[in-house]
Amino acid sequence: MNAASETPAPLLDVAGLTVSFATERALVPAVRDVSFKVGQGEIVCIVGESGSGKTVSLLSILGLTDRRNTKIEGSVIFRGRRLLELPEWEMRQIRGREIGFISQNPMTALTPVHTIGWQIEEQIRVHLNLSRAAARRRAAELLDEVGLPNPTKALGLYPHQLSGGMRQRAVIAMALSCNPSLLVADEPTTALDVTVQAQVLELLRRLRLDFGLSIILVTHDMGVVGEMADRVMVMYAGRVVERALTDVIFEDPWHPYTWGLLASIPPLHGERPVRLASIPGTPPVLTALPKGCGFAPRCRFRFEPCAETPPQQEDGEHTALCFIDPSSRPRLREQILNPSSVQAA
Amino acid sequence: MSADSTAAPLIEAERLTKRYVVGRTIMPGSGRALQAVDGVSLTVRPKETLGLVGESGCGKSTLGRCLTRLHDIDDGTLRFEGVDITKSSRRELRPFRRRMQMIFQDPSASLNPRRRVGDLIAEPLHVHAIRSRADIPARLKELMELVGLPAAYLERYPHEFSGGQRQRIGIARALAMEPSLIVADEPVSALDVSIQAQIVNLFMELRERLSLTYIFIAHDLAVVRHVSTRTAVMYLGSIVETGPTDLVFDRPAHPYTEALLSAIPVPRARGAGPRERIILKGDLPSPLDPPAGCKFSTRCPFVSERCRSERPQLRPLPDGRSVACHFPRQASQDVSTHLRASNGKVLVEHRTSIASISAAFGRKLRHCAL
Repeated sequence: MNAASETPAPLLDVAGLTVSFATERALVPAVRDVSFKVGQGEIVCIVGESGSGKTVSLLSILGLTDRRNTKIEGSVIFRGRRLLELPEWEMRQIRGREIGFISQNPMTALTPVHTIGWQIEEQIRVHLNLSRAAARRRAAELLDEVGLPNPTKALGLYPHQLSGGMRQRAVIAMALSCNPSLLVADEPTTALDVTVQAQVLELLRRLRLDFGLSIILVTHDMGVVGEMADRVMVMYAGRVVERALTDVIFEDPWHPYTWGLLASIPPLHGERPVRLASIPGTPPVLTALPKGCGFAPRCRFRFEPCAETPPQQEDGEHTALCFIDPSSRPRLREQILNPSSVQAA
Repeated sequence: MSADSTAAPLIEAERLTKRYVVGRTIMPGSGRALQAVDGVSLTVRPKETLGLVGESGCGKSTLGRCLTRLHDIDDGTLRFEGVDITKSSRRELRPFRRRMQMIFQDPSASLNPRRRVGDLIAEPLHVHAIRSRADIPARLKELMELVGLPAAYLERYPHEFSGGQRQRIGIARALAMEPSLIVADEPVSALDVSIQAQIVNLFMELRERLSLTYIFIAHDLAVVRHVSTRTAVMYLGSIVETGPTDLVFDRPAHPYTEALLSAIPVPRARGAGPRERIILKGDLPSPLDPPAGCKFSTRCPFVSERCRSERPQLRPLPDGRSVACHFPRQASQDVSTHLRASNGKVLVEHRTSIASISAAFGRKLRHCAL
C-alpha cells in the first residue's frame, strides 16, 4: 500500500463531479457530487451495481460523453490541467497518450477489419512521432509486455482470431502504448473467465509495480476490490455512499449498502449460510430518485431523518453518506453481516 | 433437507457424447467434429442439487441441454426416472418434458415481449392441459406468490420488469409444469450482486417447498458452492472432478479444480496476508483439437510424462468423489510420496501452504460473517 496521500498534488483530482443527461422530459442526474483523488502508483476501485454511475463518472472525466446532451459540473484536475475546460483537440492529445482506457468488452475497442498490429501502430503514430517500422517494433514489445505468446506473429492477427483473454491483453497493450500515467479500466475482467481474470489482474498489478502506473478500476466484484484496490469508492444511485482504504472497507464498513454488498456474496470457505442476506428491492430509477438518501427505500435501518439528504460522516480518509450514528453502527452492522451471532446473543 | 443417496436416480447419463460438425461445406465428408460433451457419466438423485461448473466453452451448457433432450445425443444413454429417453422421438418425449424444465441465463430472451406475463405463464398449462381452463387463473396467482411477485403483475408486459423480476417470471413458468427436475443454466449470472442473492435464496426456498431437484449450471463457484449438494467440474467437455460440494471445494483433488478455486478473487482485507495462488498459463485449448492424453496437461502446473500420453479416466477415490487425474492431489500417502519422488517436492510444499492459507481465510471470513 503506497498511498501517495502525503505528496502535495495528486495525479488526478476530481471534485464535485455532477453529470446530468438531458432527456425529452427532464434533466436526469446520473452522477451527483463525486469527489476523489488518485495518487501516483495508486489503484482506486469504484464499485456499485449497474446504473450506479460508475461508468458515467469515468466517461465524463475522459470527455467521452456527448457534449450536446450532457451537463457536467465540478472540476477534474489532471497533472495541473482542468480537463473539463479543455477544448476537444487538447483532450484528444491527453486521451490515449497520458490516460489509457480499457473497456469492458475488448471488441468495442478493436475494429474487426484491421490486424492487432495495425491498430496498435495507429495509436502510437497518432500520438508519438515514430516511423512505421519503429511503431511496429514498439507494438511487438507491448504485446510481449502484456504476455501474448509469439508477439510478432500476433501483430498480424485479426481480433476474431484471438481468444477473449488475448483480446483484452491486446487492448491493454494499446492503452499502454504511449506510456500513460493513468489507466482507466471499466470492468476489464467482467467478460473473462476466472482463470483468465486472474492473469489479467496479475498483469495490471505488475504494470503498476514496474511503471508506477495509477489505475482507476471500475468493478462490481468485491473480490476484485480485495485483490487490487488501495482505496475504494462505493457508488449507489449516482452518489459515492462510502469511501475508504481497502482494508477499512472490509473490516469496518460504515454504510448499510456496503454491508448489503458484502453480505450478498456467498462465501467460498467455511460454513454455508442458510440464506444469503440479499438487499430487498431493486436499485432506483434515475428519473425518479427519492428525495433524501437514495438507498433509504431498500435500507433495513431507515428512520425519519433519511428523507433528508444524509450528512457526510468523516474519519480521516473514511467517509460515508449516512444518518446512522457511529455509536449504534456496530450493532446494526452485525445484524446484516453476522445475523447468527445476533440471534444467539 | 438432504438427498437420499439410496433413492433411485432421477436422471442418469452414461458416456453421453455430443458432437458438432464445424466448417462443413457441400463436399461430403468435409467439416471437423467438435466433441462438445465427451463421454460424460453422471447420476442425479431426487432432491439433490448438482452444480456444474467450468469456464466458458467447457460444454456445461451443452450438457444441460442434452440432459433435457433439447439437443439430440450422439452417443451414450440417458435415463429419466429409469426410462431410456436417449433416442425418444419428440412425441415420446412430451410427457417427460413436463417433468424436466429449463431456466435460462437471459430471462428477457426467453419471454415474448408482445405478450402479457399471465399469458406467458399460462401457455404451457394450456399446451400440456395440466389444469382445466377455469382453474388456470387461480394457478397463475399461486405461481406468482411462489416466486414472490404480486398477482397484479400478471397483466404487465416483460419490458416493465427489472432483470431480477424477469428471472422470477422465468422460474414461475418453469414451475407451472410441476417439474421434478429443473436445469438452470447460469440463472443468476446476468444479475447484480444484491439481486443475485435474492434469486439464489428463491431457488433454495423453492427446493424446500416443492422438493425439487436441480442441475445448477454456473461459472460462479461461490454461487454453486452455496446451492449445490454435489458439484461436478468440467473441462473441455469432460468431468474432471465430481463429489460432495464441501469436499470438492475444501480439498480439491484435481489440479484444475484447485486452480479454478485459487483464481477467484476473495473479498477480504489485505491484513490477512498475501495469498498464494496457482495462475494458469495460457488459454483453454481449442476443443476442435484437444490435447492428447489428459486434456488439462497443456496448462497443468504439475504435468508429468504420463499425463501427456495417457488420458486419465474418471475414477472414484475412497472419500466418495471421483476424479480424472493420474495424480490426484492429497488423496493418499503413496501419491504424495510418488510426487515427492518425481518432480513433486516443491509442489507438495506449495499445496500445504495453500491449505493453511485457505484455512486462515475461512476464519477471517467467518469473523466478518461473509
